[in-house]
Amino acid sequence: MLTSIITFYIFRAVDEDRKIEYKAAVKIQSWFRGCRVRAYLRYLNKMVIFIQKWWRGYRSRRYFSKLVETAYFIMKMNFYNEMAVRIQKRWRGYYVRKYIHNYYALKKYLEAISVNNEIVRSELQDYKEMKENEEKIKDLEKKEKEEKYQARKMHYLLSTEQIAGIYNSPFRKSPDPMELLLRKSKPLSHRQQQTKSPFDYELYDWPTCKRPPTFSTAQPLPPTGRQKPQGPFRDTTEVLRQRYKPLEPTLRVAASINSPLEKAREEMKREEWRNRIHDNEFLPFSSYHKNQKYDPSIHRSGKYGQETYGIKHFREVQPKKWVADKDFQTVLPPIVLFEKFGKTYSRAGQIV
Amino acid sequence: MSLLRPLLLDVIPTIQQTAALALGRLANYNGDLAEAVVKGDILPQLVCSLSEQNRFYKKAAAFVLRAVGKHSPQLAQAIVQCGALEMLVICLEDFDPGVKEAASWAVGYIARHNSELSQAVVDAGAVPLLVLCIQEPEIALKRIAASTLGDISKHSPELAQTVVDAGAIAHLAQMILNPDAKLKRQVLSALSQIAKHSVDLAELVVEAEIFPVVLTCLKDSDEYVKKNGATLIREIAKHTPELSQFIVNAGGVAAVIDCIGSCRGTVRLPGIMMLGYVAAHSENLSMAVIVSKGIPPLCACLIEEHEDHIKAAAAWALGQVGRHTPAHARAVAVANVLPTLLAIYTDTHSSEDLQMKTKKALKNILQKCTYLPALEPLLHDAPPNIMKHIVGQFSKMLPHDSKARRLFVTTGGLKKVQEIKAEPGSLLQEYINTINNCYPEEVVSTTALILMNVCGKFRLSW
Repeated sequence: MLTSIITFYIFRAVDEDRKIEYKAAVKIQSWFRGCRVRAYLRYLNKMVIFIQKWWRGYRSRRYFSKLVETAYFIMKMNFYNEMAVRIQKRWRGYYVRKYIHNYYALKKYLEAISVNNEIVRSELQDYKEMKENEEKIKDLEKKEKEEKYQARKMHYLLSTEQIAGIYNSPFRKSPDPMELLLRKSKPLSHRQQQTKSPFDYELYDWPTCKRPPTFSTAQPLPPTGRQKPQGPFRDTTEVLRQRYKPLEPTLRVAASINSPLEKAREEMKREEWRNRIHDNEFLPFSSYHKNQKYDPSIHRSGKYGQETYGIKHFREVQPKKWVADKDFQTVLPPIVLFEKFGKTYSRAGQIV
Repeated sequence: MSLLRPLLLDVIPTIQQTAALALGRLANYNGDLAEAVVKGDILPQLVCSLSEQNRFYKKAAAFVLRAVGKHSPQLAQAIVQCGALEMLVICLEDFDPGVKEAASWAVGYIARHNSELSQAVVDAGAVPLLVLCIQEPEIALKRIAASTLGDISKHSPELAQTVVDAGAIAHLAQMILNPDAKLKRQVLSALSQIAKHSVDLAELVVEAEIFPVVLTCLKDSDEYVKKNGATLIREIAKHTPELSQFIVNAGGVAAVIDCIGSCRGTVRLPGIMMLGYVAAHSENLSMAVIVSKGIPPLCACLIEEHEDHIKAAAAWALGQVGRHTPAHARAVAVANVLPTLLAIYTDTHSSEDLQMKTKKALKNILQKCTYLPALEPLLHDAPPNIMKHIVGQFSKMLPHDSKARRLFVTTGGLKKVQEIKAEPGSLLQEYINTINNCYPEEVVSTTALILMNVCGKFRLSW
């Protein structure tokens, strides 16, 4: 029995040992397995990291290259833009300065305008001076004509051999200019001055002469018997023939410009005239009453107008038309016979 | 009137003519008498007995119609209503120039009043006959026909177009060369009435090759020929820049400037307006006006003339010349125009229109003026609304130009600017601040200024 108890306790101790060993073995195994697994996990981790690293590197390299591309592109574009701006700047400056606001052309234009103005001004000045000269000449001529006319009228003041005229005084060294004029002029005859326009009135008043007289030059005048002028001149008849050649207009000129139009218009007018019922113009109402002509009756109209038989009386008196009720006040002494007029005692007079 | 009327129907033609002449003289004298003639029913009698009468009667009848028609539109309307226009047109076809003259004179007086009457005249078919009348050799007839065409075309573009369609422009243009002064007056006035309505009509007139012949009219001895010539050029120049350019190229500006210089009074007015229109179109044309020495005559007009409307026109023209660029404004300012304009603006005797025009001209020129010596005198007596612009110009110029700043102080301009009272926050105050900022603080203070004014030539370091 003791041995059984001792063996029990030995076995128990051994069992305990076994348990302890078992637990130790388990521990060791678990630790080892844990190590293995951890190593495996670590390995996996590493691999994963490696893969991820590689993949991310790849992605970002791609991204970066794109980034670089765009940055390069932008840089290029900026550069091109700047260069384009420079070109446009130059071009626009050139274009505006040459075509739109060309300073030198404007300057030349203004100079040209000034030159032209000077020319115009000088020409106008010349024209003005010419006009003034013309006027002066006209005045002078008029004065001369006046003086000549005066001289002709006063021709009798000319000095003779015996008697010196008033303009030729013996105390003067030379005669007066008026004297010279008198000597030159013909005496004025006492003919009637011609009327200004002889043809204006007489001819046109003739009922038959409706048109002014025209002088046609169709036939040239016969040549006078004078000396032929010296020199290589053309034959006179030839010249006259050429000069007075009658006009031979073409058909286009001879017909009026708007002849079809005119003819059509005339046609229309004729048709309208044909179709009209009467020729009196249609008068609007307001002037209707103004158109009435007075028709005198046959009874009282004679050859020379209306007959006044039975209407107007010789001694007719119309008291309504009298200015005042009373008779006029007499100033002069009355004439007896005429005082009786209207104041007779008979009824036939009827004035009383 | 009742006594004359039966005489018109008398057997003897001389009595008829004398009666008609008497009626005409009565109607000519007074409008009331003309009305009495119309009321006495004389016109229909005149009209219907006309076609078989001789030319003296026709002349006398046309004289009566003219005398009645000239007083008022109603009388002219009465004439038209009794059918006198057809009779006048028949007279226009007559071969005697005296009859034609009387008829066209009557037609002219009728057409003068308003556009309906002109239209009635045109409808009666008078225009082609008038154009034929212009070609006649008698000067008096030409004159009257030209003035009638002008009276017809002055009312509206359609009437002017009708006159042009009848071929009037070519004949009128030829007659500019005629030496008779009164004829030239009428012809130029007729052409200007045609040209004033539209660009096309003006171009038609120009195509008739009136330039440079018209410029000789500007040198004529007759004042009204000059005036009408200037009016014609003005009516052409006012439409488009191309027409103005054409006139400038033909030397028209120089001729007009000489014309302004040689005349006095209302005769100058169309020339001044023409320069204004030309300068208003573009800056090149304005520079052409300046180069042709246009500013001194305009300035002389401004000073010498007594009439307000001529001064107003001169002020407007100067404003148009100077408003384009600083170069133009400088040219105007150098001619010492601005003090004159200011004086007129502040003068109490000037009419409102004149004041408004000078104010606008001053404003336009001042906004572009960079010529400071001309602006200085204006500082001293300008009213506030002009002062704003002057000070504004100074405030733009002074920050950049040191010499100008020095001059500004020595001439007392800075002191004057200090004395201006402006509301804070207004534009004027801003300008004053800008000017004050150009100078150091001590300078701006009043005592320093007074010292400087007392000492005179004070050398300053800025």
